[in-house]
Amino acid sequence: MRFERREDVSLPALILAPLIAVLAALVLCAGLIAMAGVSPWLAYGEMLRGAFGSRLAVTETFTRASPLILTGLAAAVAFRARLWNIGGEGQFYMGALAAAALGHSALAGWPLPLAWAALAAAGMAAGAVLLLVPAVLRLRFGVDEVVTTLLLNFIVLLIVGLMVEGVLKDPMAFGWPQSVPVAAGLRLPDLVPRSRLHVGIVLAVVVVLLVWLVQARTVFGAETRAAGLNPRAAAFAGVPITATLVKVALLSGGLAGLAGAIEVLGPVGYVTTTMSPGFGYAGIVVAMLAALHPLGVVAASVFVATVFVGADAMSRATGVPSFIADVIMAVALLAMLVALLFTTWRVRR
Amino acid sequence: MSGGAVLELEGITKRFGALVANDDVTLSLKKGEVLALLGENGAGKTTLMNILFGHYAADAGEVRVEGRPLPPGKPRAAIAAGVGMVHQHFTLAGNLTVLENIVIGSEPLWKVGSDRDGAARKLMQLSATFGLPVDPEARVGDLSVGERQRVEILKALYRDARILILDEPTAVLARPEAEQLFRILRGMAQGGLSIIFISHKLHEVMGASDRVVVLRGGRVVAERATAETNPAELAELMVGRAVARPKREAHAAGAPVVVAKGLSASAGGGMALDAVDFEVRTGEILGIVGVSGNGQAMLGRVLSGLARLDAGTITFDGRDIARITPRAAVRMGIGRVPEDRHAEGVVGDLAVWENAVLERVRDFSRWGFVRRRAAEAHAAGLIARFDIRGAGPATRTRLLSGGNMQKLILGRNLAAGPRFLLANQPTRGLDEGAIAAVHQELLMARSEGAAILLISEDLEEAVGLSDRLQAISKGRLSEPIAAEEVDARRLGLMMAGVWETRDAV
Repeated sequence: MRFERREDVSLPALILAPLIAVLAALVLCAGLIAMAGVSPWLAYGEMLRGAFGSRLAVTETFTRASPLILTGLAAAVAFRARLWNIGGEGQFYMGALAAAALGHSALAGWPLPLAWAALAAAGMAAGAVLLLVPAVLRLRFGVDEVVTTLLLNFIVLLIVGLMVEGVLKDPMAFGWPQSVPVAAGLRLPDLVPRSRLHVGIVLAVVVVLLVWLVQARTVFGAETRAAGLNPRAAAFAGVPITATLVKVALLSGGLAGLAGAIEVLGPVGYVTTTMSPGFGYAGIVVAMLAALHPLGVVAASVFVATVFVGADAMSRATGVPSFIADVIMAVALLAMLVALLFTTWRVRR
Repeated sequence: MSGGAVLELEGITKRFGALVANDDVTLSLKKGEVLALLGENGAGKTTLMNILFGHYAADAGEVRVEGRPLPPGKPRAAIAAGVGMVHQHFTLAGNLTVLENIVIGSEPLWKVGSDRDGAARKLMQLSATFGLPVDPEARVGDLSVGERQRVEILKALYRDARILILDEPTAVLARPEAEQLFRILRGMAQGGLSIIFISHKLHEVMGASDRVVVLRGGRVVAERATAETNPAELAELMVGRAVARPKREAHAAGAPVVVAKGLSASAGGGMALDAVDFEVRTGEILGIVGVSGNGQAMLGRVLSGLARLDAGTITFDGRDIARITPRAAVRMGIGRVPEDRHAEGVVGDLAVWENAVLERVRDFSRWGFVRRRAAEAHAAGLIARFDIRGAGPATRTRLLSGGNMQKLILGRNLAAGPRFLLANQPTRGLDEGAIAAVHQELLMARSEGAAILLISEDLEEAVGLSDRLQAISKGRLSEPIAAEEVDARRLGLMMAGVWETRDAV
């Protein structure tokens, strides 16, 4: 048996791959659920009901999906250029901190659209700077960015802890470790009344479309693709590799930072050390399931959000631990990697 | 079993989808014979040998070794029957020693410890018998390509191969190494081994084989005793029509375009440049000849804008280009054909149109958006003008053959009418038809007034195309000599680093 490279990756294969991967993950995890003594049909049924069974459930799922769209997009943009940004979680928190610090009082009296733009820009800048450091280390000294971005996540979480216990501590929070809140007037409006779903998801989708346009149509998109696929040939042809990768790092970090800022301005209102249930890490799964395509990111985010929101409901109804959500994610990621292999290679006897 | 045939292939047919790679191929190999399998890229030579060795299973037909059929698709059975294969791309582990590489795979996995001394003895004995000197304890990663190939051959012999198959054995070798290899193969054949080598180079087929089988479009089109044929006939059989490399016609060169003085550059790893002087004039081709690894790569990198000089000046039309970037080179009208078209020439996974405009994508854009229509039209123009076959603007570039890929790279450089063209190994690995096309384009650019620096390891090419020649040896460049004054002996000495300097400095 040997692997042969396919002549071309077909579009149907690229769309089918994540579907098959997700199906494989659900089938494999059905075994685990059965071992926990619950019928998988029942468990998955409860999961779907928990994610889409009521108005509240639907809004919760999409509320969960909106930061995932941005962190997923952040990972997809970076991975396309072979910049392995595993630090979405840290960049998310930096964006969140920047938005909370600035949104508490500094922007009082600014016109609302301008204030929002400033807060989004601050969040993006904070995330971008956090990725800029590992990117420059890699380009200058060849330091592996997988290691640096991953480790920065833990450092950032400690910084967040320092902030919410220190200078940004909310004195009105009865000693809870949370930051000062964003001024009430600056919170993003709800999309659906009496729910947590806010305009952030619309923003996220608009950003997806913008990134898609940039990647598919612009000189920057073309040069990024060339640099990611064959950096030597791109450099030979005059693509400034270092500058291109720095721009990609700024974009990727900025997107993850924006996710954090929107989460603070939208449903949460302040920063805690537990505000992200792993949005940054799940973004990596989202990017892979999307085969790094911006539009795929939206669909993959909704799937991941469904599993996480649905798993809580399933857990309450059936007693299967909600950790199963993490297992499904992990298995889906592995299955997707295998499926991607088969979109570019075929087995030959 | 016909008289003395150690290997017979009968009616081998292999299809990949709609493509028929081998169509009813029948051939036989006699004991002690050197058989050349000649054909252009894509003629089905490698597929046929992979079937013989059991990497692929044929759709129809049979392989017999010494009269016994081989089970299809089983490399182990082929090895056991005494068939050894030396692949075009070596299959050695660079971090292991020569001995370890040779023993690997012929020892059981679960055996604890290994009979190193016994293996080393057997290896040294083979090495002495066949005149293949190696150091068993050397790390393969430290060896030159020629030495690695020797290890590959010894690996096959170690497994008691009586039939040796070499796939394009000289693709990675310089001329002297290739000649040495064929001397060794000849000796092996006299020692009773039977050898098939795959090639698309006429001179080595003529020089090294007893018999030639010509493959075209997956079919055997001719079989000749080497003594009874000639290169012209073989070329025609191989390509299917008469091909001749274009001839250079003398014409006067003009003013110097590129003048380099005292170039020195040091590279991590590769050979450095040491006080290199040359000048290229309009309407002339200056050929740089030499054995690979003598600084050609560094010279190419410096002129392409990818490496920095330690000392020296280069001017282009009087302007200083010593610290040029690739982008500036493109803007100034310097064309560059890189040494390795896959690694540096194109981005294989991008479409042809994207590669066609990659160097000047800003000329095909407005407000930062790529004008795709215009870029595709440009690519279609290149495809038509430079006869790039099997491609449209949207084709993935990876799917092009080497020759057509090279035509694309040449085309994107020549379309802009460059004043200076750097052509680094422009025909390496191409087949006869594509070589003729590339030479034609280079000569055309020359007659249109381009100054061309041709870096080539193919002497025939360099002598045939160049107006003047300089040899490169250990990073130093000889004085130029006119093409008319070239004789093989003098060129050979120059490439070995022996030349007269005008004045000792």
